[in-house]
Amino acid sequence: MFENLTLLQLQQYWWIIISLLGGLFGFIMFVQGGQTLIGRLSKGDEVLKTMLINSLGRKWELGFTTLVLFGGALFAAFPLFYSTSFGGAYWVWIAILFCFIIQAVSYEYRKKANNFLGQKVYEGFLFINGSLGVILLGVAIATFFSGSNFSIDEHNFSHWQTPFRGLEALGSLFNLSLGFALFFLVRISGALYFINNINNKTIRQRAVKGIKIDMPIFLVFFLAFLFQLFTKSGFVYDSTGIVYMQEYKYLINFIEMPIVFAMFVIGVLMVVIAVFMTIHFEKTCCIKTGGVGIVLTVMALFLNVGFNNTSYYPSLFDLQSSLTIQNSSGSHYTLTTMSYVSLLVPFVLAYIIYVWYQMDKVKITKEEMEDPHSHNY
Amino acid sequence: MEEHLVDWSRAQFALTAIYHWLFVPLTLGLGFIVAFMETIYVKTGDEFWKKTTKFWMGLFAINFAIGVATGLIMEFEFGTNWANYSWFVGDIFGAPLAIEGILAFFMESTFFAVMFFGWEKVSKGFHLLSTWLVAIGSNLSALWILVANGWMQYPTGMKFNPDTVRNEMDNFWDVILSPVAVTKFLHTISSGYIIASLFVVGISAWFLLKRREIILAKRSMVIGAIFGLVTSFFVILTGDESAHQVALKQPVKLAAMEGLYEGKEKAGIVGVGVLNPKKTLTNDEDPYLFEIEAPYALSLLGYHDINAFVPGLKDLVYGNEKYEIESVDSKIQKGKVAIEALKNYKRAKEENNLLKQDEHLKVLEENIKYFGYGHIKNPEDVVPPVALTFYSFHIMVALGTWFLILFALVLFYALKREIIEYRKLLIVSVASIPLGYIASEAGWIVAEVGRQPWAIQDLMPVGIAATDIASSNVQITFFMFAFLFTALLIAEIKIMLKQIKSGSEGGH
Repeated sequence: MFENLTLLQLQQYWWIIISLLGGLFGFIMFVQGGQTLIGRLSKGDEVLKTMLINSLGRKWELGFTTLVLFGGALFAAFPLFYSTSFGGAYWVWIAILFCFIIQAVSYEYRKKANNFLGQKVYEGFLFINGSLGVILLGVAIATFFSGSNFSIDEHNFSHWQTPFRGLEALGSLFNLSLGFALFFLVRISGALYFINNINNKTIRQRAVKGIKIDMPIFLVFFLAFLFQLFTKSGFVYDSTGIVYMQEYKYLINFIEMPIVFAMFVIGVLMVVIAVFMTIHFEKTCCIKTGGVGIVLTVMALFLNVGFNNTSYYPSLFDLQSSLTIQNSSGSHYTLTTMSYVSLLVPFVLAYIIYVWYQMDKVKITKEEMEDPHSHNY
Repeated sequence: MEEHLVDWSRAQFALTAIYHWLFVPLTLGLGFIVAFMETIYVKTGDEFWKKTTKFWMGLFAINFAIGVATGLIMEFEFGTNWANYSWFVGDIFGAPLAIEGILAFFMESTFFAVMFFGWEKVSKGFHLLSTWLVAIGSNLSALWILVANGWMQYPTGMKFNPDTVRNEMDNFWDVILSPVAVTKFLHTISSGYIIASLFVVGISAWFLLKRREIILAKRSMVIGAIFGLVTSFFVILTGDESAHQVALKQPVKLAAMEGLYEGKEKAGIVGVGVLNPKKTLTNDEDPYLFEIEAPYALSLLGYHDINAFVPGLKDLVYGNEKYEIESVDSKIQKGKVAIEALKNYKRAKEENNLLKQDEHLKVLEENIKYFGYGHIKNPEDVVPPVALTFYSFHIMVALGTWFLILFALVLFYALKREIIEYRKLLIVSVASIPLGYIASEAGWIVAEVGRQPWAIQDLMPVGIAATDIASSNVQITFFMFAFLFTALLIAEIKIMLKQIKSGSEGGH
């Protein structure tokens, strides 16, 4: 089946999968967003804090797993990106990884007796992961549009051209606007998740109040990002692989790929509707609508930057070193093999949804948290 | 690249790998032990087994988190610290990592939530299934990463593409069913089962010494000892096959494992020995200050023939005509020819000269298997650190033998005698917990240090594989990770000890 596809078709197929994984990761980052809300929603009440942390703690591995899969899929499908970005933007990625390691242990260790670092430190770790980790991820993703300083030699080995090794991306308003937009977006989705998952009036009221503050701030950063994106020049390549600049490239991409644009608009609208319904109609299930919206929005942004002859990882130092889905991908054989494996993705998604449904049928309550025989964080 | 960059990159990866491997093997084995216990609970309905399952499951959870965290770092360190490697083999190496994510890691993490939080939320049967799936998922994770590692030890199923300057997979089944990969997987996971068995037996012994949790301890001990005994036999079998594969595919590693400088027929294995630190490839010093040798055993182990010739380091470096062993110097020359041919091919391609392209491509294909040697400066550079490899190998084998004896003794006394009265055996059981980790880490040192200087055997030395970055960056991150991992390890040990002391009533 997949053997009969051309290399370009396989590359496109894999970019769609990468985009989907990016979207799913964007959604699952409600865990990170929720982590930054713990203080605001609990206001020092230990029982409420425990409920919030347990609500998130039962989902944290999914985010980790999606990140691992995202990395593995990029490694296999677009290895030149993997070697160029991770080896080049060294400090940004190391900082992101650091933020994720400290999250992994925090849920399990936070309240355990003799935990060496103390409860507050683990809670601090969760906040760092939810704030710095998310902002840095947003900045790293923004470089897909804004470019980085690297070159590729004749052996396809990459060389970073600034001593800041990726930290220079933090000096760009464009990159930061996506970083902060993502930060506030995941706080909104975190609040929507809490409203859905926890049966507690106080938490619900505070979460709604939090959304009312975070939503306008998110919109400011997101609209700032979109304005810069749609007015900036983009990196295009022709049929011979020569890269050049084109005005309004990313806006043109949306116009020339109406389905992707529709995904983007629908995605954004779904997030807005989810927030509106939660605030005005006191709905508790809007994490689903908002979640699908986030997946569609993030996916559309990835498709925008990867398709329509666009370089998805442009080089500011040497335009011709820019990475495209065509010059950075795995071989036909590998992409074909991996494509067969990708057929298992719907199966995996199905059992995740089933397990999620089974586990969340009964919402988290104070009583459950106070049960000495249950495994709680 | 800077002089010390490769050393720091190696140190950082070794640090992460060593820490990662402190947590993962316990997960591999304890997952199954917990699943056995829960199966008994579901079959009998006896609440005692539910309590026992929950006790061991609690310890599993504490360990699990750091294993996941360090695993994530390892995956991305291929990119951050070994960027050239990532490109050169990403087409092959990335695939098992991605498959691991889809097939194994999701299974593990999804059902982990049910295993810990689903006791009162899902049916008994579904909960039991989840526990088994967590155990299977963690072992499947190990499968794919060990396939990738096996490929680095013995690259197969690929073809060099001169246009992209990388190796590309051309046979997936050759990669995953390579004898090195299969053996590595079986040997490594079974070593993890031994660690988990030692953990269960040791902690149970501690309870018996303290006269606490006596029934839980006795029953857990029997399960741990049976699991440990069976897997100890299995480790010996897979270890034998592993050594055979090393002899065939990585003879330099085998020679380093045994401190063998001069090749010989009917070679014996050094059971116990002390290497002579003055010994080098070029002098005539005795390799050992002291040794006790088991005759014929190395020929038998390596080649399954007691008369077989086992090449020594000198034969492998300087060549041996009688046994048709090519010198490294000759391989270096061929490697340089391959590199030159690649350059010429690319030049001819730029000039659009098809005839010359074919000519250079032919030369390249004839010499491609020596490609990595073209980057080696001195023939002696292909010899790994002999002392570290030798001692690690012998520590691993000696401890592996001890574990077999220990499990047999524990099982015998647990079933036939009142084991609580045999305090010395209980003390030894407790003391053996760290020995399992030492043996397993030693095994990894043999595998990884023993193949130096290769990132990918014969194809890419570590000096070429590293990211082009100032070594000061890697030094800083080395200390950052060293500090963080150590802090987390201290936290884990303290929490574990507290949890164990609290016993089965101590909360989860």
